[in-house]
Amino acid sequence: MSRLSDANVALAKDIIRRYPRPKSALIPLLHLAQEQEGWVSDEAMAHLGELVGVTAAEVRGTCTFYEMFKLHPVGKYMVNICTNIACQLLGGEELLHHAEQTLGIRAGGTTNDGLFTIEDVECIAACTEAPCIQVNYRFGLRLTHDDFDDIIAALRAGNTPEKLITANPGEVIPSHGTLGLSRQVMTEVQTTHIVAPEQVTEAPVWLATSSKDS
Amino acid sequence: MATGQYVPHAPGYVDSPGEKIVTSRFVYDDSYTLERYEATGGYEGFKAALQKAPDDVHSITRDATLLGRGGAGFPAGIKWGFCPDDVWPRYLVVNGDESEPGTYKDRLLMELDPHQLIEGCLIACYAIGLTQCFLYVRGEMAVAQQRIADALNEAYAKGYIGQNVLGTDFSVDIVLHWGAGAYIVGEETALIESLEGNRGMPRLKPPFFPAAVGLYGQPTIVNNVETLSNLPWLMNNGADKYKEFGSETSPGTRMFAVSGQVKRPGVYEVEQGVTTYEDLIYGNDYCQGMLDGRELKMFVPGGGSAPWLFPEHVKLPLEARPVGAAGTMLGSGAIVIMDDTTDAVKACLRIVRFFARESCGKCAPCREGTSWEEKILQRILDGHGRPGDLDLLLDIGDNISPGPYPVAGFEAEGLEPVPFPPRQTTICPLGPSSVAPITSALRRFRHEFEAKIAAANETSVEVIA
Ligand SMILES: Cc1cc2nc3c(=O)[nH]c(=O)nc-3n(C[C@H](O)[C@H](O)[C@H](O)COP(=O)(O)O)c2cc1C
Ligand code: SF4
Repeated sequence: MSRLSDANVALAKDIIRRYPRPKSALIPLLHLAQEQEGWVSDEAMAHLGELVGVTAAEVRGTCTFYEMFKLHPVGKYMVNICTNIACQLLGGEELLHHAEQTLGIRAGGTTNDGLFTIEDVECIAACTEAPCIQVNYRFGLRLTHDDFDDIIAALRAGNTPEKLITANPGEVIPSHGTLGLSRQVMTEVQTTHIVAPEQVTEAPVWLATSSKDS
Repeated sequence: MATGQYVPHAPGYVDSPGEKIVTSRFVYDDSYTLERYEATGGYEGFKAALQKAPDDVHSITRDATLLGRGGAGFPAGIKWGFCPDDVWPRYLVVNGDESEPGTYKDRLLMELDPHQLIEGCLIACYAIGLTQCFLYVRGEMAVAQQRIADALNEAYAKGYIGQNVLGTDFSVDIVLHWGAGAYIVGEETALIESLEGNRGMPRLKPPFFPAAVGLYGQPTIVNNVETLSNLPWLMNNGADKYKEFGSETSPGTRMFAVSGQVKRPGVYEVEQGVTTYEDLIYGNDYCQGMLDGRELKMFVPGGGSAPWLFPEHVKLPLEARPVGAAGTMLGSGAIVIMDDTTDAVKACLRIVRFFARESCGKCAPCREGTSWEEKILQRILDGHGRPGDLDLLLDIGDNISPGPYPVAGFEAEGLEPVPFPPRQTTICPLGPSSVAPITSALRRFRHEFEAKIAAANETSVEVIA
């Protein structure tokens, strides 16, 4: 059940082709698994291992290094609150505390209705707009406690919160696991022939011709 | 909806006077579209490069002394020359993993002008014969990933990327890759490990630098997003024009993110070596002074890894050399301003906690040392500090980074600062970075630490009695 769907297997194969070696596709594929399920299960890891030709243990080895991959179910909305230095100076810790109080969970926990998980995170690169958060990796900037409550209320009501920034205005906030809403599309027609490095032995043709000229 | 209108303030970016080499389009709300990009000279620099021999494009970059903007400040043109002559293929890996505390400029460049970055990648690939480029974007930057995916699709469709680009014999692929949350992956060899599908742990270097032995053991150029974003302007305007901006050793402009307790925090693009910290903090065109009229206590001059500077240093120009001589670094261009209400112990702990959390665990001094530093600072802050704790902190620091640690601001004590970078017993500089806030805070504000420890021990004596 937690193996990749047929559509996602096709997508996975397309992604694997972009790399000179299949294992390089592992992190994007783990994201794909997380997109399908909201988290990364053992079955998914085993399936990815089959797809890129490594053991399930190797997939787990990579997966567990990275904080964004969740090995158990989490909320539909991952609310990441920054408390690193720039945010700390302007109320990041107080905002985290407020979030814990209003949602009734500690950082790392998930609400009973399965809607929200909060995390106390490191710098998310919006330091001038402190205190800042990300909800499923969409930014909320310069937030007051009331702004935070508005965001939570809007998400509960199924709306896109005004205070969250998306790539295009008014875009939905997808469930946890989905990052960018569009993907790079690479068909065989458009690309040069991506092959394993040992299959290339010569300088690229444009360099070779130019050195002949000079 | 994007309307093509002038927007004076995209969230985070603040427009200011002076030449804008990399942020010129940020003032438009459709800056990220191909339409806006082509209407404002987009891909012209690349077309100009294609008219030249690859070697000449490399020479322009070398002549311009384009310094790396990722942290180490190594000249890009020289790094490009380190690829061994006859080993093929060579790869380009773009470092968009920006996660250093206080740093953000690459995110804006990727979100607001993805085509400029793509054009920069094309120029680099053409110049030194790189046949495939991986654009490694930090996992948490969903909007940047989306904008770059859209931009790559547009650029492929227009024939700027792919087989026989624009009818020439230049062929290249650019692949969007994204991470999954790990600061250490910003270190270039860890970035390569991660791109190979492994745990993002740094490789030992020397002997092998990525330009010689990198991705899949092949020559690999790793460059920062901002570094590459300079190339289109450089190809359009030439090295001489580039050197008209900035100082002799640090030409051009740089993006600085100024955050913390100032009136108008923001990301500013300014000339290197001309503008000073004082201009940025107090200048009307920049941050306009301290928040609520308070006093400056200290500031992070170049990312969480950099030793702190103090009020007497605000006149330092924003340039690698003088800042390095003062015992710290310009690093990633992240400036965090702290006022006199800031608790030095708390600020120090917060930065140290970052390194403790982000240590990859490959080498013992860093893995064990950073977490002990955090525990000791936490107990001092919580009122459980022990009398020997400050010496213990310095001792642990000395295990990670032996010898005098680079410090700034001891002129008052008659001490010479030790220039950056520090020595290390570790594989990469993350471990030593954790020592920076400790030596900075402890040497300057030792009394704050001592007061907390003294209070803790008074209380415990009373409790026992
Ligand atoms: C712990 C650590 C983290 C780093 N993080 C980043 C980063 O997020 N982005 C970046 O461009 N460079 C980072 N660097 C620097 C890279 O190793 C590398 O020097 C840089 O990407 C080279 O590009 P440049 O020459 O264009 O600056 C980091 C280095 C270390 C040691
Ligand atoms: S210094 Fe720290 S982060 Fe760097 S390799 Fe060693 S353990 Fe990993």
